Amino acid sequence: MAKQSSVPEDEIDTGRRHALKCMTWAGTGLVWSLAGGVPLTAGLLGRDAQAAPVNPALTFVQISDSHVGFDKPANPDALATLREAVAGVRSLPTRPAFVIHTGDISHLSRDEQFDAADQALKELGVPVFFVPGEHDVLDDGMGAAYLARYGKGPNGKALGAGWYSFDHGGVHFVALVNVVNLKGGGLGNLGQDQLAWLADDLRALSASTPVVVFAHIPLWTVYPEWGWGTDDGARALGLLARFGSVTVMNGHIHQILQKVEGNVAFHTARSTAFPQPSPGSAPSPGPVKLPADKLRGALGVTTVTYRAKAGPLAVVDATLG
Amino acid sequence: MRSLMSAARVAAVLFCALTGLAHAETVEIRIDNFTFSPAEVHVAPGTTIVWINADDIPHAVAANDKSFRSKVLDTEEKYSRTVAGPGTIDYFCSLHPHMTGRIIVDGNGSDGAGGH
Repeated sequence: MAKQSSVPEDEIDTGRRHALKCMTWAGTGLVWSLAGGVPLTAGLLGRDAQAAPVNPALTFVQISDSHVGFDKPANPDALATLREAVAGVRSLPTRPAFVIHTGDISHLSRDEQFDAADQALKELGVPVFFVPGEHDVLDDGMGAAYLARYGKGPNGKALGAGWYSFDHGGVHFVALVNVVNLKGGGLGNLGQDQLAWLADDLRALSASTPVVVFAHIPLWTVYPEWGWGTDDGARALGLLARFGSVTVMNGHIHQILQKVEGNVAFHTARSTAFPQPSPGSAPSPGPVKLPADKLRGALGVTTVTYRAKAGPLAVVDATLG
Repeated sequence: MRSLMSAARVAAVLFCALTGLAHAETVEIRIDNFTFSPAEVHVAPGTTIVWINADDIPHAVAANDKSFRSKVLDTEEKYSRTVAGPGTIDYFCSLHPHMTGRIIVDGNGSDGAGGH
């Protein structure tokens, strides 16, 4: 993976808005650090990695949209670039506690694609927690293949289409599924059952608990003309409004977009397979074909580090090349 | 005898109608740039609709009323369905539900495609 613009070490504990400003120019791939419950960027690889907080309580990585099986001109070998992303994560100075994959593991939900992705991700050597993308629920059973493989979640408590939560290092993680039961003309969909479960899941938590929510399609409305949003995402965000630190991590749009609203930091990750155009900048959201030597500069992963009572969450993107 | 003549006339009309159905057209809808094109077609009963995915991203065709749903269509793959009608069929891409289309099946719509 390539070196990234770094966030100087003395900026690590600055406020969230400044941190997010840093994220904007940090650019490619992403390492998140949660420090004091607020996200902050630092570089993932090369000298940028030195900017990551020292002795963080928790570091994890986000991989998204690996689309294993995709072989079109935008990237003839999406498995190869996933493997490169995995190698990049393995070279991190801080070993992540786990990896979250925010969906579109496969391109067409085929067994051989899931198998190849699993083999590549196994090389991470840490647990991987999944949510499905719309490309992972294309089997005849409309998601049965995904559920058979990943449906138990990290603790055997996944429900419905595969949603679950878990706690790690003082942070509450919520994995949501917004790619099933989609309706014509609509956006991503969580559905009443999942929202009721979410309300119940969050009920016992104190407002000071840092919460990280991840799902495939952005939970906030990025660009409805291209379907980049979730119809009932605002209802989920409403349930999260009382918490002092909420980080929402999504994929689907194959590029980094981020914003902060109140106590909620939103972030979308790069794909490891192919880039998509920025909202409205092309006739459609189809894959962007870059010259071969530019492709890896548009792919990447995200790392998040959380330090309790030590300032903001650090969020860092890094590209594959 | 008159009743036999009437029966023959009815049979002839039926024959013509059936012949018309036998010659029912095939209408092609291309999926390109995340759009069904044309997005709305007027067709006669018995028309076969063929969707062709011209994008380098997979799509799928699903009726709003769940009466049909294609398998996922990778690049250049096709899905066809003969519509009985009359009636209106609204459909969307089950991967990208913001992509929508409409088939209007009526007696006059043998010219294949209509505009928006």
